[in-house]
Amino acid sequence: MAENRFDFPHNIDMAWCPGCGNFSIRRSLLAALDELGVVREKTVLVSGIGQAAKMPQYINTNFFNGLHGRALPAATAVKASNPGLTVIAEGGDGDMYGEGGNHFLHATRRNPDIALFVHNNMVYGLTKGQASPTTRVGMVTPVQTAGVFEKPLNPVSLAVALDVPFVARASSADWEKTKEIMKKAILHRGLALVDIFQPCISFNKLNTYQWFKDNSYYLEDDYDSTNKTTAFAKAQEEFPFPLGVIYSNRERVPFEESLPVYAHDKRPLFERTSVPEKIEQIIKSKV
Amino acid sequence: MPIFKDELTIVLAGEAGQGIQTIEVLLTGLLKSGGYHIFATKEYMSRVRGGMNSTTLRVASRRVAALREKIDLFIPLHRDAINHLRHRLTEETVIIGDQEQIDYRPMIDVPFTKMALEIGNAVFANSLAVGLLAGLLKIDAEKCRQFIARYFGKKDEETRGKNMAAVQRGFSIGVGLTGKVDVHMVRDPSVAEEALFTGGEAVALGALAGGCNFLCAYPMSPGTAVLTHMAAYAKSIDVIVEQVEDEIGVVNMAIAAWYTGARAMVTTSGGGFALMTEGVSLAGMIESPLVVHVAQRPGPATGLPTRTEQGDLNLVLYAGHGEFPRIILAPKNIEEAFILSQGAFNLADKYQVPVFILTDQYLMDTYYNLPCFKLDDLPAERYVSRTREDYRRFSFTATGVSPRGVPGFGEGIVCVDSDEHDEGGYITEDANLRARMVDKRLRKAAVVKSDALPPVFTGADGYDALIVGWGSTYPAIAEAIERIGRSDLAHLHFSWVYPLAPETASYLQKAKKIIVVEQNATGQFGQLLKLETGCQIDSILKYNGLPFSVEELVREIQVRCRE
Repeated sequence: MAENRFDFPHNIDMAWCPGCGNFSIRRSLLAALDELGVVREKTVLVSGIGQAAKMPQYINTNFFNGLHGRALPAATAVKASNPGLTVIAEGGDGDMYGEGGNHFLHATRRNPDIALFVHNNMVYGLTKGQASPTTRVGMVTPVQTAGVFEKPLNPVSLAVALDVPFVARASSADWEKTKEIMKKAILHRGLALVDIFQPCISFNKLNTYQWFKDNSYYLEDDYDSTNKTTAFAKAQEEFPFPLGVIYSNRERVPFEESLPVYAHDKRPLFERTSVPEKIEQIIKSKV
Repeated sequence: MPIFKDELTIVLAGEAGQGIQTIEVLLTGLLKSGGYHIFATKEYMSRVRGGMNSTTLRVASRRVAALREKIDLFIPLHRDAINHLRHRLTEETVIIGDQEQIDYRPMIDVPFTKMALEIGNAVFANSLAVGLLAGLLKIDAEKCRQFIARYFGKKDEETRGKNMAAVQRGFSIGVGLTGKVDVHMVRDPSVAEEALFTGGEAVALGALAGGCNFLCAYPMSPGTAVLTHMAAYAKSIDVIVEQVEDEIGVVNMAIAAWYTGARAMVTTSGGGFALMTEGVSLAGMIESPLVVHVAQRPGPATGLPTRTEQGDLNLVLYAGHGEFPRIILAPKNIEEAFILSQGAFNLADKYQVPVFILTDQYLMDTYYNLPCFKLDDLPAERYVSRTREDYRRFSFTATGVSPRGVPGFGEGIVCVDSDEHDEGGYITEDANLRARMVDKRLRKAAVVKSDALPPVFTGADGYDALIVGWGSTYPAIAEAIERIGRSDLAHLHFSWVYPLAPETASYLQKAKKIIVVEQNATGQFGQLLKLETGCQIDSILKYNGLPFSVEELVREIQVRCRE
């Protein structure tokens, strides 16, 4: 097998716990990028903070590992400034749905052509075990000592409701199926959310590998993801949770394709210089 | 009979929604076309209808760029206007208004409301006032007609026709006032060839001249002006203008745009900027260029949304956790709002640091005629490097500035991380490397300081008292000192507020008395000067939300110099 350009030629020290679902997700991502033939120099991984958000550190490509919760505005700006880049935003449930919740809502409105991979382990890992927006009711944590009583967010049904043009759920337990879903997400034109079930072996003793296995199933091959009404019903299903591409909509125009700066000039912004004559015209109009 | 030979300060006041803004736009344009030098500024309430707003027009036979307190000619368009501005009226003030509505004597009675209603609607009172002043100031009748026709050209025929009728009626009344009040000013036809820019337009145009091609913001007065102007310019110039969900998203978008090779700016005010501070720290850590325009208004919290202050210097100076270099520019007038906004992009790109353009509501909403900005000597310098396969974003260099690559330009990859990182951008907790990275980032501060523009000194050597200002107060301080006319008084003005130029201390040390003029309550710039130079500082401070006028600075400076 040919070497994967997105992997490192040398060993790297990864900050994840042995047995963490992140290793499997990394394997899926490396294979997806390689199989799609994406150009390494023209790919940007954007992330916030958290254990999942360290993913860009372990993929041999451009990355912008910024602030907690802020991957989506950053990724949107990267894509808007150079639409020729393949842009992937990645992080955990706390990063994307908690700290970054408002950006998530508005990214669905803007609809930039980026793939959004959210490692959903239903707990905060890096800060050691507090509840996340997707933690199940009843889970006792060092902070939620009497058990979580807030209703967990269902990011998949939220995304379908907001007409995110590609919504999928995957599981780190099956790296190959996750890879296939990731490939579809990267290829989809517009915002593509893949919420990835993942056990946290250090801090989540409730949602284990076995729990995810017992409480999820893959959608049948003949499932129609293009019907929003049935997709929304499917997205709301819990226990068991459906896995696979739940919703897809090819009609929505991505953010950067609507920007007037690319209407007559496809060059990325870094290749452009200012046009003094046009600025002088505006200045003269003030006389 | 009052005769105005050198200058004339006209104030019009009315409710929000009465068209005070339209009057200002029409009159400044008309008077400039008639060869008058003109200065205009406004004060308004944070509401859409009602309340009391006013605009001050200073008309002169020479250049004027500062606010005069005394009103020579007052047109109250609402009965509450007199009370609103009573402190600026003197016995000499000529008041022209609707005697039936406004209880004040003596006054030249012009029944604006009745005449407006005869034309069709009370709203035409503003066009009547415009016409009256155009007539009084001897604007050519035909020119006036053409100007008004052009202004209302896009409106429907009825609106245009009635406004023109109102202007013409007002014009005849104005002409007829000769004998009661007379204006005999030398006019300069070349003024007509000059331009009128607000501070907000100057910042936006300067940014474009600096190569800005990405502007994002969340609306907040008075920073919104730059967003609105840029959006208008984006119709003919390629610049991405995006209104973002919040200021946190704004600053993160701007930094990521720079990362990708765009030249990005954000515009906001203190409250919005407070939300951006973590992002400023990110720019410090990943050594990203960033241009932040902060138009100050009085705080804390929501404060006075539509008023002015210079209270956010400390906020901008210390914003963001951790230690990293930054540059703070505070334009002293509209010309500098253009030049420094242009230069901010070159500085940000060259040193890979956040650069702040610190203005205020007063500068945003003020304008005066000035020659068109020239772009000839202001190139947008670009510092983006093509990457090689072994490219490392944070390679150690003598100046601390590493060649900046962008993704997709070259054979290398560009990796940035908000964690402490090695030269390649990969996370490290190596204590040695951490210290070297801190040193690298701070080395840039020394280079920046050596590039800092010196303050502008006006006066003669051997001064006793040094009046120090920063930012938009320059024209008012300069005119006040000129009026006082003492040779032992000098003016030192800072537009490059941080880091302070190396020459700063030598100017301060020569003075027996240093008086820093600031629009805030705690003398923030004075504190900075004291911190950096050890000099004793006296202050003239104003923090009621209104800008300094020339007269009050004359009074305050004279009092301090006698002490």
